[in-house]
Amino acid sequence: MRLQYPPNLRIIEVPCTGKVDILHLLQAFEQGADGVMVVGCMEGDCHYMVGNLHARTRVKRAQEILNTVGLGAERVAMYNLSSGMGGRFAEIVTEMTNKILELGPSPIRRAMGKGQMVREAGEATT
Amino acid sequence: MIKAKPKPLEEIIDNVKDFSKLLIAGCDGCVTVCEAGGLKEVKVLASALRLYFTQAGKQVQVDEASLTRQCEKEYLAQLNDRMEGYDAVVSLACGVGAQYLAEMYNHKPVFPGVDTCFLGVNEERGLYSERCQACGRCILAETGGICPITRCSKRMLNGPCGGSDKGKCEINPDIPCGWELIYERLKTLGQLDRFERLVEPKDWTTSRDGGPRKIIREDLRI
Amino acid sequence: MSATTPSKLQQIIASGQMAVTSEVGPPRSADGEVIERKAKIIKDYVDAINVTDNQTSVCRMCSLACCIRLKLMGLEPILQMTTRDRNRIALQSDILGAASFGIHDLLCLTGDHQHFGDHASCANVFDLDSAQLAMAVRMMRDEGRLLGGFQFEVRPQMFIGAAVNPFAGPNVFMRVIRMGKKAAAGVQFVQTQCIYNLDTFKEFMKIAEDRGLTEKVAVLAGITPMKNVGMAKYMQKRVPGIDVPDEVVKRLAGVPKEKQAEEGINLAVEQIEELKGVPGVRGFHLMAIEWEEKVPEIVERVGLYPRPSMGGGS
Repeated sequence: MRLQYPPNLRIIEVPCTGKVDILHLLQAFEQGADGVMVVGCMEGDCHYMVGNLHARTRVKRAQEILNTVGLGAERVAMYNLSSGMGGRFAEIVTEMTNKILELGPSPIRRAMGKGQMVREAGEATT
Repeated sequence: MIKAKPKPLEEIIDNVKDFSKLLIAGCDGCVTVCEAGGLKEVKVLASALRLYFTQAGKQVQVDEASLTRQCEKEYLAQLNDRMEGYDAVVSLACGVGAQYLAEMYNHKPVFPGVDTCFLGVNEERGLYSERCQACGRCILAETGGICPITRCSKRMLNGPCGGSDKGKCEINPDIPCGWELIYERLKTLGQLDRFERLVEPKDWTTSRDGGPRKIIREDLRI
Repeated sequence: MSATTPSKLQQIIASGQMAVTSEVGPPRSADGEVIERKAKIIKDYVDAINVTDNQTSVCRMCSLACCIRLKLMGLEPILQMTTRDRNRIALQSDILGAASFGIHDLLCLTGDHQHFGDHASCANVFDLDSAQLAMAVRMMRDEGRLLGGFQFEVRPQMFIGAAVNPFAGPNVFMRVIRMGKKAAAGVQFVQTQCIYNLDTFKEFMKIAEDRGLTEKVAVLAGITPMKNVGMAKYMQKRVPGIDVPDEVVKRLAGVPKEKQAEEGINLAVEQIEELKGVPGVRGFHLMAIEWEEKVPEIVERVGLYPRPSMGGGS
C-alpha cells in the first residue's frame, strides 16, 4: 500500500504471535530495545485458535515485570489486526513510536551508553 | 504434587538488591509442573533481575540453573563447583528444596523465589487445588476416596456442618462442601453405611501437631 | 433419654411439657452487666438460657464466664461450646469449670469458620467436631474419664445438646442421619436452625420419628422472628444453611415498613402454634438476637407463660 510509517521499527515475523515467548519480550529489552510491539490477528480469528490469546497473557506479564523493574509497562504492547489492515498497521506503529518518544530511550540503552534523545520521528538515531 | 506460585517480583528484588553475583536455581520437579520454578521461570526471573539492575545502574551477574530436584543431596552437589562464585542464591524450588539447598550451602544466603502452597492436583493448566494435608494416617478408605481433613474447611470427621449449602462450603461458594462430595461418592459406591458410622476423635500426633516428622524405613536402610 | 442430670431443662422435657429456651449474646467488651440486663428481660419466660460462644467467629466475652454469671443470678444457663477455638484439653477443662459452678446444660457445636468473624487471619483448632465433643462430655459424665484416659471422681452432670440444621445439604434425609449420629454420640436434646420452611421441617421430623430418633432426642424447634423485609431477604440470600421461602419475604414486603416488625412477630407466633402439633417437637428455642425484648410477648401469645417451676435443680 506504500503507506509511510516511522522507520525505527524492526519487524520480526512469526507464524503466530503464540510463538512469542515472554523471554523474547524481556530479552529484547535486555538488548536495548526501547519498545516492543506484539501484533497479532483479531481475537477469534487466530489460525491456531488461541495463539494470540496466549500472546496477550505473556504481554501482560511482561508489562507487570517491566513496571516492577522500573522500565514502565507502556514499553510493551499488544495490538490485534488482520493482515488486510495496512492502514491500521501504519497507525499503530506511529502511535507506539510517539509513545516511546515520549518515554525516552530505555534506561537499559542509556546504561549501555547508547541512549540519545530523538527529536522527531524520522531522524536517524545512533 | 507440591503446588507453589511465584513470589512477587518486588519481594525478590528487595531481598537481593544489595548483592552482585546471583544464582537463580530452579527445580525440574513439582515447581516445573505448576510453572512456578522450573527452568523457564528461572530464565524469566533472571531476565527481569538483569533489567532491574541495569536500569538501576548496577553491574550484577545473574546466572541461571535448574536441578533435577533440590530435595536430593546428589543433585544439589552438582552446584558445588560453582557456588563459591556467588554471593547469594534465589531458589525457585518449593520450601523443601530451598531449605535443603540452604542447608548444603549454609554459608550462602538463600532466598525463596516461590510461595509453597499445598499438596494438590492440576485440574487444568493454571488451576491447581488442594487434595491432601499429609495428616500421616490416611482415612480415604472410609470416605470413598475423598479426604475430609483437606476438603472440609473445618476438617470435620462427622460432617457436614450446618453451613453446607447447596453443595458448597459456607466460607466460599467456589469451594464444594467436602462432606457433600463424600456423601455423593459413598452413595455411588453403595457404601452409605460408612456415612452413618461415628468417627472418634483423631490422633493428630502423626500430623503437624506432633512436631516435625520423620520416616525411618528400616527395610530401605542397611 | 439416657442419663438424668440435675438440669431443669431436662426435667421439664421429661415431664412432657413444652420447653422454652432462648439465647443471649455476650458483649464485645469486659462489661458483665450486659448479660445481666438481657437475661433479666427473658428470665421468667424461658426454662434455660443459651449463651453463645464467639458466635460467627466474632470475639466476645466467653460463654463460660457469662454462664457462671447467670448461674449466680439463680438462672439456668446453657453453655454453648464450639470446637473452632479450643482443643480437647481446653474443652474438657472448660466443662470441668462449668460443672464446678453447677452448670448442667451444654450445647456441642463445631462452630462457624473464622472467615466470618473479626479475626479472619487466625489459626483455627477443630481438634474435635461437635459429635466428638458430645462423645467426650458423655464419657466425662458417665464414666468420669477424660479422652486421654485420666479417671476422676467429681463428674460433670451435663444434659448434652447439639444443633441440627434440617435445611442444610446434602438433603433432609442425611440431616436426620446426622442427628442420629449425634444421638449415638450422646446428644440428648437438639436446638434446630431457625425454621421458616415448615414443610421441610415436618419432613425432617417425620423421617426422624420413623427412625425412632424422636424417642432418643428432644427436638427444640428454632424460631427467629423477622424484624423487617430486609432481614428476610438477607437471610434468604446471604446466610448459608437457612431456608426462607418466598412467601415469607412476600408477606413481610406486603405490609408497610412500620408494621413489618409486628408482622414478623405474628409470623413467629403462628409458626410456633403450628409446630406444637408436630410429633417429636418438645419445645422451642427462640433466637431473637438483639431483640430480646420480644421474647416475653411471643411466649405469652403462644400460651407458654408462665413457665413451669420444677422443684430441685442444683
